[in-house]
Amino acid sequence: MDLSILWFVLVALLWTGYLVLEGFDFGVGMLLSLFPRGDREQRATERRVLINTIGPVWDGNEVWLITAGGATFAAFPEWYATLFSGFYIPLALILFALIVRVVAFEYRGKIASTAWARRFDVVLTASSWVPSVLWGVAFANLVRGVLLDEHHQYIGGFWALLNPFALLGGLTTLVLFLLHGSLFLALKTDGELRHRARRFAGWFGLAAIVVAGGWAVWAQVAFSVGWTWAAVAVAALGLVGVVLTNARGREGLAFILSAVTLVAAVVLIFGSMYPDVMPGLHGGPSLSIHAASSTHYTLTVMTWVAVFLTPVVIVYQSWTYWVFRRRLTTSDMPAPAGLAWKKVKDALGGHETPAVDPSELA
Amino acid sequence: MDALALARWQFAITTVYHFILVPLTIGLAPLVAGMQTAWVVTKNERWLRLTKFFGKLLLINFALGVATGLLQEFQFGMNWSEYSRFVGDIFGAPLAMESLAAFFVESTFLGLWIFGWDRLNKKVHLACAWAFSLATIVSAFFILAANSWMQHPVGATYNATTGRAEMVSIGKILTNNTLWAAFPHTVTAAFLVAGTFVCGVATWWMVRLVRTKKPHLVELARSTYRPAVILGACVMLVAGVGVILSGDAQGKIMYQQQPGKMSAAESLCEGQENASFSILTIGPWNPTCDELTRVIEVPGVASFLGTGHFSGPDSFLPGVNDVQKEMSAKFGATDSAGNPIQYTPPLAVSYWAFRLMIGLAVFSAALALWALWATRRGRMSDNTWLSRLGILAIPMPFLACSFGWIFTEVGRQPWVVAPNPTGIDEVRLLTERGVSTAVPAGVMLASMIVFTLLYLVLGVIWYRLIHRYAIEGVPEVHDESPEARAASGEDDSDRPLSFAY
Repeated sequence: MDLSILWFVLVALLWTGYLVLEGFDFGVGMLLSLFPRGDREQRATERRVLINTIGPVWDGNEVWLITAGGATFAAFPEWYATLFSGFYIPLALILFALIVRVVAFEYRGKIASTAWARRFDVVLTASSWVPSVLWGVAFANLVRGVLLDEHHQYIGGFWALLNPFALLGGLTTLVLFLLHGSLFLALKTDGELRHRARRFAGWFGLAAIVVAGGWAVWAQVAFSVGWTWAAVAVAALGLVGVVLTNARGREGLAFILSAVTLVAAVVLIFGSMYPDVMPGLHGGPSLSIHAASSTHYTLTVMTWVAVFLTPVVIVYQSWTYWVFRRRLTTSDMPAPAGLAWKKVKDALGGHETPAVDPSELA
Repeated sequence: MDALALARWQFAITTVYHFILVPLTIGLAPLVAGMQTAWVVTKNERWLRLTKFFGKLLLINFALGVATGLLQEFQFGMNWSEYSRFVGDIFGAPLAMESLAAFFVESTFLGLWIFGWDRLNKKVHLACAWAFSLATIVSAFFILAANSWMQHPVGATYNATTGRAEMVSIGKILTNNTLWAAFPHTVTAAFLVAGTFVCGVATWWMVRLVRTKKPHLVELARSTYRPAVILGACVMLVAGVGVILSGDAQGKIMYQQQPGKMSAAESLCEGQENASFSILTIGPWNPTCDELTRVIEVPGVASFLGTGHFSGPDSFLPGVNDVQKEMSAKFGATDSAGNPIQYTPPLAVSYWAFRLMIGLAVFSAALALWALWATRRGRMSDNTWLSRLGILAIPMPFLACSFGWIFTEVGRQPWVVAPNPTGIDEVRLLTERGVSTAVPAGVMLASMIVFTLLYLVLGVIWYRLIHRYAIEGVPEVHDESPEARAASGEDDSDRPLSFAY
């Protein structure tokens, strides 16, 4: 088998891992602005529950992106070079969002102040909305085709990326991630939050059928090949299944079907790109898998590495989900462990007055 | 500024910044894992308190290191697309291996460690700490493999049809002697950073508590901070010796592989035997060779450091002018636009970065020796000068690491992939040829400004949090592990999480 084709599939697989896993992280992040109910304090506590449903796992999920990027660099240097220099502005925005998002997760609870946590929650929310849209815009442009010159340089400019098809693609990932995140919350919370998450999932499911369905058919008819109708069909059935199973309270199944939909979306995207990694706009110069690929030797080395390590990664990441399988509610939130600002001269540190009363810990 | 200058500045800013955070993470993570091991083995609570204290500081640092690492992975494609095309067949592999073999482990097991205190039994939880700690070192290995290949390309060949470098042996790339000099040097330097950090913070606390003269606080200083002072000091000493030995080996290798870099570091203009080591050389900003005045120098030492010989024909070191002449003959005196190519790096930056890298280590050495002396045979110290030295020493190895990398990367100029002097000559790339051609300078400028401002803001928050958590001191702790809770016999299935963001 031609290894460059295998690596095209493997890169698609890494993106699948990323979109399925980080998809619900982004969904939960966006839901911080839509989901919480009640008075100010209650909403703050609910936001905290939401963040902690993904707390132990979001970082590991994000590595799928780093790996997809690294694998693209190793296996398709020309693709890596053309794509990231060509899609410079959207990528810079995504990276900006991801950087502040990491910090927001880790720092939001470090200082005992509602304003401090609130500010980082805003950052976390915004930095979930931005990439959710932009990933869709980027992938839709790859499906549609981009303006390249003979030297595999992207020459279309930034504004050309914001065409109607790509914008609908951005809306598609947005809705799919909101749906995916709602379903994850239904799986990971309990009581009233769990029921509310199901209601949200029901509405987002219907929206996804319209938006994602519309985009998928457009992509299929205008830019793809015959066999990817199968992916469109799977995605459509998946979304209908999500709505039905969610209505019956089958959260696990609904979440799996939502993941299947994302897989089908990746199949549609990569299937329509094949045999290019960056199809040309309107049949213009394109960057093919063959032209973008590394040498056979490099691909062989990378294949061995991927074949051995990827299953191990999947095993220990799955184990993490098992360890943190417990459903969360507002009553599971421990007392905030953050510190109040203090000057050195005022503080003998925690040795005189502990930040958290020891009796609360017991 | 043109796109090339902007891309270089952005890379310099973001990379130096990233590498302020990285050494502390690499060095401190295993130290925290070690403290936790001491707790699990000895069951002495002081080690748990230290684990939690330094663990929190580690996490604050880890987060920003991870965040700024994201940009590193993609910046090659964004700003350096032509470089990426040229080297991707080789350079991408270690990066991909790093994410698969190390970064996944770090991120996943870090999550397990942060949230798993009450979920995992003690030994498994400890194993998670070791998993992410060791993964940071594996990470360093692969990133240095990529960088060392740029310093000294091996295991590759040039394909004239595609105009790209191609990998012929991953084994040679991973056994590159440049890598095996840089890897121990970087890792021991990281331990020097972390040892200084632990020792500095703990010394400050020890002195402060002893000076209160309150018996329970003095007892806390003795039971908890004093062991951390000693631990940090010992790590510093061992790491310091490692830094010196590995740095010496690296210097000798570099004289063979990139003579221009080393002769610029010594401000050595003409090749000579018995070359002197310059303690102080002065000249204008960005000087040429004729404008240098060597003020203080030690005869023969530069030769000895570079070759292992003080004098005689074996001690010959090439000078900047020799390198320029030789490389011009070999690779052409002018670039495609007809401008002359300067084949050696800027003298002032190379010279001073090299000296600061070495000189700033003095603070760590002083702290380690004084702290060990002050804590000998059960003693403690209430000397405020010692605690001042502890605080002063903390930033110094960070700066030394930064200067080390500035020297390494600036010293490689004008190359982004330096030619291997003993073969595969076509595998080389001038930095000016690596920059993205599809990205307008205005976009790069905007990106550089935005990320620099973002990093400034994040840096301020990072510093304030580190400072705040350091002056909080070791927290009250209790054993949250499942086996401890089972032993207490309470039904606590609906107890709150042990940790939440």
